[in-house]
Amino acid sequence: MMMYALAAVLLGVGLYGLLVKRHLLKKVLGLLIVEHAVNLFLIQLGYIDGGIAPIRTAGEEAAAFVGNAVDPLPQVLVLTSIVIGLGLAMLMVALTLRIYQRYGSLDADRMSELKG
Amino acid sequence: MSDPQGMSIVVRVVTRWLFGLILIFGLAVALFGHVTPGGGFAGGTIVACAFVLAILAFGGSRGPGAAFARWASSLDATGALSFLVLAILGYTAGSFLHQWAARGELFTLGSTPSIVLLNLAILLKVGAGLFAGFIAVAVFEGAAGSEKGADA
Amino acid sequence: MDPVLIGLTVFVILGSLAALEMKSLLSAVIAIGVVGLGLSIVFLLLGAPDIAITQVVVEVIVVTVLIRAAARVPEETPTLRASRARTFAGAGVALIAVGLLAAAFQTLPAFGSQRFAPALWYLENAPDLTGATNVVTAILLDFRAYDTLGEATVILTAVVGALAVLRRPERPKEGSHV
Repeated sequence: MMMYALAAVLLGVGLYGLLVKRHLLKKVLGLLIVEHAVNLFLIQLGYIDGGIAPIRTAGEEAAAFVGNAVDPLPQVLVLTSIVIGLGLAMLMVALTLRIYQRYGSLDADRMSELKG
Repeated sequence: MSDPQGMSIVVRVVTRWLFGLILIFGLAVALFGHVTPGGGFAGGTIVACAFVLAILAFGGSRGPGAAFARWASSLDATGALSFLVLAILGYTAGSFLHQWAARGELFTLGSTPSIVLLNLAILLKVGAGLFAGFIAVAVFEGAAGSEKGADA
Repeated sequence: MDPVLIGLTVFVILGSLAALEMKSLLSAVIAIGVVGLGLSIVFLLLGAPDIAITQVVVEVIVVTVLIRAAARVPEETPTLRASRARTFAGAGVALIAVGLLAAAFQTLPAFGSQRFAPALWYLENAPDLTGATNVVTAILLDFRAYDTLGEATVILTAVVGALAVLRRPERPKEGSHV
């Protein structure tokens, strides 16, 4: 329970950054933190006490492996999610740079007052 | 890239040494992804890291960086295309994305050739894709506020 | 309940708070790198070495990209301080979200007590059915290869998007308004 709550707190921190910060790069950082929190939560869901990695090694009994390994399915989802997160971060940074070039400012509030 | 010369001589020499090693490491991580931790995604990102290091050390407009940059996006497309071709090859065994190659003994490199090849396709795709994205951000030369609108 | 695990997670939370509150952009970016690396150790302790490797390398590239972006905008961007009311409102909304999530998580089985049903089937049959003894890879490239195909498409789209957004702008004609 405690561990799930910590993931929720991490998500809250990222949400706070997204809502309160006015600097666009800070907002990007907030979104990255939310992403981290979701990944962490998914990995926590698959864990069992004393769990080992879901990778069978040559000398290992199949029954012992099935009994001890953690859930591989969330790991697969998180693996793709991490790499997509990297592509997303690049796209966000690209947009931020373009916005800065166009408006000469990274203040989200000022930007919404200006007309394109 | 504001500094076309890249970084100091120390960084450049070390990069020349490390570049091949990082490439080989990434390739190994992808190649043995079906028996050890790793796989196409991790390996591809490591390979992209090697090229990012090269472009940072040697500068964007000179050295190997520029040559890599030209190839990155076509390699990206090659990776996606080879993934699709491997997936379509699955029709020879029954359906899309089916394992088509003969399988070997467990715990060896040849235990599942089709997954190994798919891993390598992902490596190409992810590595080249991320590197192309990095170039787009790193080589971007828009001066601050040079395209300023009405706000001045 | 591993104290090391809890300590590392708290460290990650503090690091992300620091990343958001730092004045200097460059320090904030480095703090986000610390967050990612700490998280990768958490993943390793939670039995996910695949994720840990990927997280480390991805974090390196993210930090490099962010540093280049942070170096491009002036350090002294006009002091962007949110108003007091907005800070409290944002923090309140975040707190409510955390509370709702924590309440929802009460319905989950306790941390580390059980796996979901499909996990056992995958662990038991994946090595023999696919020939890949790394079950994560077996699911990624065999059972759920369609996901991976779609995921590769998403990366392609994101990168093409970044390239399109940052393409070299055509030189505006004299006197024309861009």
